[in-house]
Amino acid sequence: MDAELILMQLFSGVALGAILVIAALGLSIIFGMLGVVNFAHGALFMVGAYAGLWVASLTGSFWWGLLVAPIMIGMFGMIIEFVLVRPLYGRSIDDPLLLTFGLSYVLVEAVRMIFGSDGIPFPTPPQLTGVVDLGVGFFPIYRLFVIGVIIAVLLLLWLGLEKTKFGLIVRAGARDPTIMRVLGVDIGKVWLLVFGLGVGLAALGGVLAGPMRSVNPEMGSLVLAEAFVVTVIGGLGSLLGSIIAGLLVGIAISMTALFAPEMATIVMFALMAVVLLIRPQGLFGKLA
Amino acid sequence: MTSPALAAPALSTERKPSGLTTTVTTYRVPLSIAALCLLPWVLPSQALAVNVLVYGVLAVGYNLLFGYTGMLSFGHAAFFGAGAYIAGIAIGKFGIPWYIAVPLGVLGGGLLAFIIGALSTRTRGIYFSMVTLALAQLVYYVALQASSWTGGENGLRGLTVNRINLFGWSINFLDPVNKYYILMIFAALALWVVSRILNSSFGAAIEAIRENERRARTCGFNVERTKLLSFTLSGLICALAGTMSALHLAFVPLDVLHYHTSGMIVMMTLLGGARSFFGPFIGALVFLLMEDVFSLWTSHWQIIVGSIFILFVLFLPKGIWGTFLSKVMR
Repeated sequence: MDAELILMQLFSGVALGAILVIAALGLSIIFGMLGVVNFAHGALFMVGAYAGLWVASLTGSFWWGLLVAPIMIGMFGMIIEFVLVRPLYGRSIDDPLLLTFGLSYVLVEAVRMIFGSDGIPFPTPPQLTGVVDLGVGFFPIYRLFVIGVIIAVLLLLWLGLEKTKFGLIVRAGARDPTIMRVLGVDIGKVWLLVFGLGVGLAALGGVLAGPMRSVNPEMGSLVLAEAFVVTVIGGLGSLLGSIIAGLLVGIAISMTALFAPEMATIVMFALMAVVLLIRPQGLFGKLA
Repeated sequence: MTSPALAAPALSTERKPSGLTTTVTTYRVPLSIAALCLLPWVLPSQALAVNVLVYGVLAVGYNLLFGYTGMLSFGHAAFFGAGAYIAGIAIGKFGIPWYIAVPLGVLGGGLLAFIIGALSTRTRGIYFSMVTLALAQLVYYVALQASSWTGGENGLRGLTVNRINLFGWSINFLDPVNKYYILMIFAALALWVVSRILNSSFGAAIEAIRENERRARTCGFNVERTKLLSFTLSGLICALAGTMSALHLAFVPLDVLHYHTSGMIVMMTLLGGARSFFGPFIGALVFLLMEDVFSLWTSHWQIIVGSIFILFVLFLPKGIWGTFLSKVMR
């Protein structure tokens, strides 16, 4: 097996990992700030892919889909937080989880009703088709683009959370919402925005993944399991953990696909089992 | 693990022990069995009644962990599926008689529950739910890949049981009424076992852990071992439901292992009422009836069921039977 093939597979693992990072990040942000595990996260990823497809076919441009769909679905996420999740704060931690699970049921069926049960091809935008020679091998342009977009999003997120006043409020609110309320911060508004941000990230992941995977109503359940594995490995609520674990899982999947294809879907779960045995709280998680 | 002070019959803290409550709790197994005997005659079809048996046992087994131990597993499809596949493979591929295949399925599912439980009970709360879901998906993909054993996406076929032969009796198992009452024996056994578990000091221990894990540990309970045991027992009963499903359908679809099945178990348990003995059974009945009725109206019945479930989480978290009990027993 030559080095070039391994290198290309490694690269496609990084692209896959980048998608996993963005999926897990939304889950992790919502959990870290609100203490809610969003079981509809995979379904919203799927809804995002369909929304991207719909906007792109309406406007005739992938770029509009990439821009508008995450904002649209992010706003939908805010409605979910306000109407459904908000009444459950202060109740058992299982309740929002159960509710969002029921929501995923509704979302999957609604998409099936509108777009049908069969998968829909998501064409790669013409500007991003083909491969580019980087000197060490040929790499698909679209995957390079995905990696680029996700690095940009991560940078923006980091700047937003670490360098702005809003980020300061969000981080403080995650530690102690009561004190923030006493200080005169409308913490409810912060939660609304954070939930919308997390859901918007899921939708962005869905649109970006569209041309790489088949788009069908069931794709969310695989994404949910993947996002769970990544957050469990990385440590729930840890953003750095999500990034490293996502890349780790992506690379593990694509390297296994090269050497033992039938094990590719299984390897990430095996990885999670090993991490659990050694560090039940995940690589970057803190003990509860 | 056994504490004399807690060895009394486990009564949920919410219920005040009135005369009626005590009567219902004492006779819950005979009362449940009496209700099961009537089931095929009140439901629209006997096939539906058998389904209620299968999913009722599944939900009751799941509730041991979810309702009574307070652990929200999202991976119980794995044990249901393991029971179904092991019994199915034993009958279909090895020609093993059903009365050996069923215990094999139950033990196999229980062993899987022990392994998954050993891994997942190392984590707590939300983590636990995520890990059980992920490990159950692992089982799903293994079954999908091992298609020479499981039939892969097409499911496992060729395990029809036509006649049940036992002690010189030979009963036609294809007759729906016979099938119902034979499988009801399994269901009655499962209900009795769960009731015994809940009445034991172990039953008190799991409720203590649900109410306050730290306090239970301070009281001297071995919390880790109790959780693992509860997980395994719950898995054993779910595996029994799996073997019943295999006998009933003479077919094991790959879907039994899918996480939608895990979710359905959770929904059934919550709809009927977690933390109550018979609630999950009622939940299975209501869920399957809803599926039956709504699927006549629309192929998108899951929208309606999902919305009803959301409303239950928001407004009726005790479920149908649990709310009924707390209203009547006050």
